Amino acid sequence: MTAHHLAQLNIARHRFPLDSPEMAGFVERLEEINALADKAPGFVWRLVDTDGADATSLRPYGPDLMVNMSVWESAEALYEYGYRTDHLDVLRQRRDWFDHDGLSEYAVLWWVPAGSQPTLAEARERLDLLSRNGPTAQAFTFRKRFPAPVDAPTIGS
Amino acid sequence: MSVEAVGALREPLRRAVYEFAAGRDEPVGRDEVAEAVGIGRTLAAFHLDRLAEAGLLEVSYARRSGRTGPGAGRPAKLYRRSAAELEVSLPPRRYRSAAGLLAEAVDRSGADELLFEAAREQGRAAGRAAAEAGLVEVLTGQGYEPQPRDDAILLRNCPFHLLARDYPPLVCGMNLALLQGLVQELGPPAATARMAPGADGCCVVIEVASKNNGS
Repeated sequence: MTAHHLAQLNIARHRFPLDSPEMAGFVERLEEINALADKAPGFVWRLVDTDGADATSLRPYGPDLMVNMSVWESAEALYEYGYRTDHLDVLRQRRDWFDHDGLSEYAVLWWVPAGSQPTLAEARERLDLLSRNGPTAQAFTFRKRFPAPVDAPTIGS
Repeated sequence: MSVEAVGALREPLRRAVYEFAAGRDEPVGRDEVAEAVGIGRTLAAFHLDRLAEAGLLEVSYARRSGRTGPGAGRPAKLYRRSAAELEVSLPPRRYRSAAGLLAEAVDRSGADELLFEAAREQGRAAGRAAAEAGLVEVLTGQGYEPQPRDDAILLRNCPFHLLARDYPPLVCGMNLALLQGLVQELGPPAATARMAPGADGCCVVIEVASKNNGS
């Protein structure tokens, strides 16, 4: 049993209003892809808005910036879901619906105490850490990973 | 060193042992290899162990009979293709490094669709250049290790493995486009290439029967 879980945040600017025909390809697969996450091995939790289905209505970081945040038992579990399931095919088409203009980093991973849910404020801090310092144990990426710490690091403590 | 490992394959019998073991989805034992290649068991074991020493095969142990505990018998020594990647390039070349940089640049610029279009064109060109070769032969030549099934061709090997591991949507999308181009030129009329990743192997499956089209 591990003392830490892996949290992730990714943000992106949607290129068209969510209800526009250009976004239909993304919107119509949301339910299926979220259900796939919910039953993926190692899935722990994902951010949803007050409607409870997904986080697509939230704009915590500014207009047009959509967010997605989730927690997993391990980096491997998240990687498997993200890149070795039907989720990969949706990701492949991301440029049809999203861009990352003006965002130096748009996806970050970090370790949280097992059983805890990160806040959007903490997630934003981790993303900013990654942008400032590159991958470190406090905020990293799949291409440059760090193992779970002995004690969970907190920013500024 | 890679040259030595590749040199271990010079002898034809050893090469045959390697290709048999490497081509199996499950680890193989000495007896199975001996029968497949047509040599004695001791000789098979000798070659298998040389290949393991060279890093080309990796060793595991398992009880084939499913029995456990004392008296269950000694576990069999099994061999499978190792995960090590070996290249010999003379003069020295670092194409993988360049590929990583190019992938990073495309990823940052969001030019995915340009890459996919270029890949599709290259796939079509490869299909047109194939002359008498069929789809499975061309896929073999490109390193996919195709496994024809009833309605589909599974691709056992990802030729872009480490690059795809680091840039999955970009490189898997590129690979899909490449195969779509190839299938368009060489496949039977109803054939399609689609993304269907599994635990390992290539993320693309080529469907050859028309009953799965649509939707």
